[in-house]
Amino acid sequence: MSDKSEKKTPLAADPAAVTEETSGARAESAVGTDGNGNVQVESAAAAVIGDEYASLGQWALMWKKFRKHKLAMVGGVVTAIFYLIALFAEIIAPFPTATYNREYPYAPPQRIRLILRTDEGTSFAPHVLGLDSVVDPRSFQRTYTPNPEKVIPVRFFSHGQPYKMFGFIPGSLRLFAPAESGQPMYLLGADRLGRDLFSRIIYGTRVSMTIGLVGVFLSLFLGVLLGGISGFFGGAVDNIIQRIIEFLQSIPSIPLWMGLAAAIPQTVPPLQVYFLITVILSILGWTGLARVVRGKFFSLKTEDFVVAAELDGCSNLRTIMRHMVPSFMSHIIAVTTLAIPTMIIAETSLSFLGLGLRPPVVSWGVLLQQAQNIRAVSMAPWLLLPGIFVIIAVLGFNFLGDGLRDAADPYA
Amino acid sequence: MSSVDTQNTATPIGKEDVKPVLEVKNLKMYFPITKGLLRRRVGEVKAVDDVSFNVYEGEVFGVVGESGCGKTTTGRCITRVLKPTAGEIIYHDKRGDRVNLSDLSRSELRPYRREIRMIFQDPFSSLNPRLPVVDLIGEVLKVNRIATDAEIKERVKKLLRQVGLRPEYLERYPHAFSGGERQRIGVARALASEPRLVVADEAVSALDVSIQAQTINLLQDLQEEFNLTYIFVAHDLSVVEHICDRIGVMYVGKMVETGTKEEVFERPKHPYTEALMAAVPKPDPRLRSRGQRVRLPGEVADPSNPPSGCYFHPRCRYAQEICRTKAPSLQEHEVTPGHYSACHFAEELELKGVRPGEASASA
Repeated sequence: MSDKSEKKTPLAADPAAVTEETSGARAESAVGTDGNGNVQVESAAAAVIGDEYASLGQWALMWKKFRKHKLAMVGGVVTAIFYLIALFAEIIAPFPTATYNREYPYAPPQRIRLILRTDEGTSFAPHVLGLDSVVDPRSFQRTYTPNPEKVIPVRFFSHGQPYKMFGFIPGSLRLFAPAESGQPMYLLGADRLGRDLFSRIIYGTRVSMTIGLVGVFLSLFLGVLLGGISGFFGGAVDNIIQRIIEFLQSIPSIPLWMGLAAAIPQTVPPLQVYFLITVILSILGWTGLARVVRGKFFSLKTEDFVVAAELDGCSNLRTIMRHMVPSFMSHIIAVTTLAIPTMIIAETSLSFLGLGLRPPVVSWGVLLQQAQNIRAVSMAPWLLLPGIFVIIAVLGFNFLGDGLRDAADPYA
Repeated sequence: MSSVDTQNTATPIGKEDVKPVLEVKNLKMYFPITKGLLRRRVGEVKAVDDVSFNVYEGEVFGVVGESGCGKTTTGRCITRVLKPTAGEIIYHDKRGDRVNLSDLSRSELRPYRREIRMIFQDPFSSLNPRLPVVDLIGEVLKVNRIATDAEIKERVKKLLRQVGLRPEYLERYPHAFSGGERQRIGVARALASEPRLVVADEAVSALDVSIQAQTINLLQDLQEEFNLTYIFVAHDLSVVEHICDRIGVMYVGKMVETGTKEEVFERPKHPYTEALMAAVPKPDPRLRSRGQRVRLPGEVADPSNPPSGCYFHPRCRYAQEICRTKAPSLQEHEVTPGHYSACHFAEELELKGVRPGEASASA
């Protein structure tokens, strides 16, 4: 009986041992008399565990374990929300990224008010209050005050400015937007050009969250391929690959990224820059994964069940895919999840330094560029908000990855 | 266990009509010792060094010896988990053709992998925790395209019944089974492809004694049912005495004695076998005072740096000058044909064995 099952049923563990002993003795006598050679042993272990648990596969066991990790569940939900935002950015953001309004530079965040009180009475009507601005004639500093007279009604699921989802699906449905298009609404404030920061953060989510994902998949591909070759064949091949990894890991990452990013010509279109940046991030990202995969291959290669698969007549490919990979797939997923936040941070830092993505592409790092200016930050501290989003996303991923790692080996 | 009929079929030695299934000739398995970044070869461990023996159809051939003597490596060479450094492993297939397994490539080996199967020592690491029983046992049928998916299910059910497990356990994962049950699954997997030769590598060593007895009885019953030949690698002499027809004793990579179970146990012809027999625990306290124990001085020789002459001479109480210089070869005895030993004084020495039943009584 496995330790696991005993843990699962602590009360039944003792009787189980007794049953096993007696059944063992019974079976022994049965062997002596039964001429057919068919030994009937009551399975004490199986009886205790119960049918439902006994036929659960590794993913079901992992899910059971993962669910117990509360923080990881929260991390998972946060991560899922971020990806939903990334997927439906056009619908969630009230405005396109390029919408600007020269009358409202650095406008402060506004609050959506749900109840409207007018002379006719009180009614449920979500709205924001318009802003009056006054420019100080001496310092040219603009100060905004909400004007209760200027009511800008906000409508949910309204049709705002038309967009093309993912660049090709036309639509105009928005989760919420000012009832009349063209009216300003700044939930998280505005930037220097009077662009809505909330909309831009939503669009930035798409870029920042996917750049990590794409970069990690590239790393994963390289890591599993090279790590697998290294671990499966061993010998000189392994030696060469490992020395390359050591060399790459010894290069300071930020200067390397900066150097490579600076080498991208200014004329390259933004989309290509995006992909080049993921490639740059993956150049170092695969090394860690390759090490993990190699280690797993090494430890599994000599496992008896892998030898058994070979004796069953499995080809190399089948041995790897069916007997080895499932044993470390869960680990790979956990490691990958933990690698994504590193990518997000890397993209953010590069873009913040002006070496990564460039406007008009919107990412959290690009948005944070505006917060480089201390005067802008002191006047409009909401420009730091993309940083909060980075923190939440990275924490979410880390908690999720932590839980996955704990659940990764349900047989441990 | 003692109630079980231990009288196996007559020993095949000396009989003309018994054909060998396997002939192992001068098998050598050396593992290189490498050093430094460039993996310079600085020496080798002679895990199996010039071992020869035959295994006949329908018999149980036991390979015994202490840890590190190369018995597992021998088994792994025969199943071709390892590629031997030198020597021949001649397998006689169903039609009577002789195939030398030692030089075959991976793909050439495939048809023989079904006929020569292996039972592993550790019932925990030998079953993939991520596959249900039906896939574990049925894998050999699937990859060799012996049966369709539906047939595999039926055959696995039948196999489970034959090894004493419920056929309903088909979809269960190994974590739901105890050690003894897992070993039964391992046995069922070995038998799935209807093999002729099964190498049982310490198949019962990891099990506790009552389960050991069950498993051994199961193996014996299955042998009768399917006319199997076993190579039984073990270090537990009581188990070996119970199940084997013939025995090979190994010491530091060399076969020092082979013969029928009765001959080797009762009239050993090699001082190492004598010492091994003397180490069998006697369950009856009245027997303990009788006969003195043979204590072996010193350590097992290092297979990467074996002593000169006979490898056993530094520990042998009968050793003489010739033992230090000349390595003895495995020689057949004049009085008892079929009994071989590698000792210069095999004919002269009067060595003590164990009386029948003394060893098995402890099992």
